[in-house]
Amino acid sequence: MFVRLVYESFRRQKRRKVLAGIAITLGVGVATAMIAVATDIGDKIGRELRSYGANLLVTPQEDTLDLQIGGVDLKPPSDGAYLNDADLPKIRGTFWHHNIVGFSPMLPVNVEVRTEAGTSNPTLLGTYFAKQLSYGKEDFVTGVKITHPWWKVQGAWPDDNSQDVLVGENLASKLSRKAGEQIEIAGQEHRISGVLSTGGAEDGQIVAPLGLAQQILGKPGAVRRLYVSAMTKPEDALARRDPKTMNAELFDRWYCSPYVQSIAYQLQEAIPHSHAEQIRQVAQNEGTVLARIKGLMLLVTLAALFASALAVSAAMATAIFERRSEVGLMKALGAGGASIAALFFVEAALLALMGGVVGFAGGALLARAIGQSIFNSQITIEPVLFPFILAIAVVVTFAGSALAIRRAVNLDPVYALRGEA
Amino acid sequence: MSSRRISDLANHRAGAPHTSMFLRMLVRAALLRRGRAASALLAMVVATGVTTAMLTLYIDVQAKLRKEFRNYGANVVVVAKEGQALPGEALQSVQSVLAGRGLAVPFAYVVARTTDGQSVVVSGTDFDQVRKLDNWWSVTAWPSGAQDALVGARAAAVVTPQGKPFDLSFQGRTIHLNLAGVLRTGATEDSRVYISLQEFEKWTGVSPATIEIAAAGSPEEVGGVVQKLAQLLPSAQVQPVRQIMEGEARVLGKTRATLLAASALIILTSALCVLSTLMGWVFDRRRDFAIMKALGASERLISGFFAAEAAVLGAAGAVLGFAIGVGVAAWIGRANFHAPVVPRFNVLPLILVGSVAVALISAALPMWMLQRVQPAVILRGE
Repeated sequence: MFVRLVYESFRRQKRRKVLAGIAITLGVGVATAMIAVATDIGDKIGRELRSYGANLLVTPQEDTLDLQIGGVDLKPPSDGAYLNDADLPKIRGTFWHHNIVGFSPMLPVNVEVRTEAGTSNPTLLGTYFAKQLSYGKEDFVTGVKITHPWWKVQGAWPDDNSQDVLVGENLASKLSRKAGEQIEIAGQEHRISGVLSTGGAEDGQIVAPLGLAQQILGKPGAVRRLYVSAMTKPEDALARRDPKTMNAELFDRWYCSPYVQSIAYQLQEAIPHSHAEQIRQVAQNEGTVLARIKGLMLLVTLAALFASALAVSAAMATAIFERRSEVGLMKALGAGGASIAALFFVEAALLALMGGVVGFAGGALLARAIGQSIFNSQITIEPVLFPFILAIAVVVTFAGSALAIRRAVNLDPVYALRGEA
Repeated sequence: MSSRRISDLANHRAGAPHTSMFLRMLVRAALLRRGRAASALLAMVVATGVTTAMLTLYIDVQAKLRKEFRNYGANVVVVAKEGQALPGEALQSVQSVLAGRGLAVPFAYVVARTTDGQSVVVSGTDFDQVRKLDNWWSVTAWPSGAQDALVGARAAAVVTPQGKPFDLSFQGRTIHLNLAGVLRTGATEDSRVYISLQEFEKWTGVSPATIEIAAAGSPEEVGGVVQKLAQLLPSAQVQPVRQIMEGEARVLGKTRATLLAASALIILTSALCVLSTLMGWVFDRRRDFAIMKALGASERLISGFFAAEAAVLGAAGAVLGFAIGVGVAAWIGRANFHAPVVPRFNVLPLILVGSVAVALISAALPMWMLQRVQPAVILRGE
């Protein structure tokens, strides 16, 4: 009899059930999408924050002081120590290599450039543009195109294995050279594949493939410094501790967290005779910006959950309230408060489950669409969320119905049947 | 009651405007069914509150996040062109262009020698300003006295390994400095020694060649500052720091887009909540509707009555909800950005129009359904 009551209620009151179902589906869908977006936003914004460039700098351990003013290196090239570019692919072997977005070696060399206007002595910066490297069986691409996304080239990027160069825009206008023309650097003709604009010191420099800079310097394999762009976890108390003072267990936890400090430590392990340090301007601010945006999305998600919970309860309350005369009839026929409540709760649970399943699927699609259109990457939904969302849907539906059901149970059948309640 | 008094009353009633009856019906309808009216109003208030909070946040988040992004330091750099020095009043010109909306910090550089002949870059600057501009600098103690120097972590190992006072010489002139604090940034600053600009100029006679500027505001406003400075200082090169500007634009754009999507979803959900509650409320009063119709009220009057009711509900809900929403937004601002979000009163008309529109739509739908039904059928309770 009970099953039949529920079945008939769904069969005969399609309009009301559909309305309540739509409300639940929409509420669950919005909640699912918002939870998915909020849980993934840290990762997504973290990736966007990498457009600020490298957050780690690796230098030779025995290096002498930098003599840099306004981006111009005054240090004689014979001075100081170098890293070896053969060690660089080892970065892919570190514990957090998945978090390392890219790296670019830099080798500044002072060169003599001869043009019709006379000779000048700009800095030539050797680096990777989009270099093909391999570590073990894994092939990967890295270079300034990844670590310095604000560098813009008019013309074409040079090939990493070619002898072509980029000329900074200020230098290019001073030497009156354009993309595609030739330039004499250190006694050799080179093709200018493009004009570089960075808004920094490189605008007055020549940027060339690393191999060319090493060849001019006469030191094969030499790298002066290495910029590493890594996705990190915002710093906390553990991150700031000195690893030397930790016990083994704490050290493992520190080592296995993607703090900027622990990634620096692992880079030093991977590259012999190196010293890795966080670039505080990028690394420190990243944490605060990320924390703010994550906090904002969390609060907004709470607002979304609240709004959808309210929508679901309002729809349920209305649906039950409309059925007063039905309650009156059941009561007049001798039904107890418990069986009436049970009927409504079972109906609510069925609606919540159906709305929950459809809403979860819809929300997943919505989250995907948001991820695709805003971040150009997928927002994946953890399957763990499914039972969680379903449980929330049932609880919210019950909570929304509870007050209305209580009133229905307390209803005097006489008034209800006369339509005066 | 005498017939005279009855006719008086009739005259009095006939003279009274129809609006009084209309108003009375509105007020009584709300008072007699307090529970239902209150729940409809509550739904309205919550929905408009959430909407106000989201819109206010969406407008304000840009300003709030920009403030956070200014922690990345200078977004414009003024450098003397090769072979030229910045004019003496350059800093004043920059300050006047900024007009208090940003920071400007001068830097002067020379390469000096330590007593054992090592080269080191020494910079003169304004410590109070640097502290505000570059707050990622990790400094053990900021210098206070005239002879105090802030020494980069790597430079410290060279100039004063034991932390004792040290001498630096530039073109035959020597300065005696105390180590006040050690600076750590992870970049070139680690290899430099910073002293106050006055001492630096007294010692070297070199004036600032670089002014780093953190200009507040949108990319257009910063672009305006760059243009004005380029006109004012023809001997200098004024460059926006693309690394900072582009990163900021990108992250800000994505954050705002996400927030917009979230706001749209939330506003849609709350509008739906209002719609279902109000529809139920109007549908529930089909008996009133039938009685009015049976007593001879015209369709127009009844529609007007329900529409006025919905509009009043929508407007009242919007005003209350706006107040609550402003409070919620202010709380979120304080909790997340440690700065209150200012109420945006230009959101109010939008909220008002939106909520009245939603209320009217939710009243119109059940009305349209009821209009096709005979009053007798409704009154029989079928």
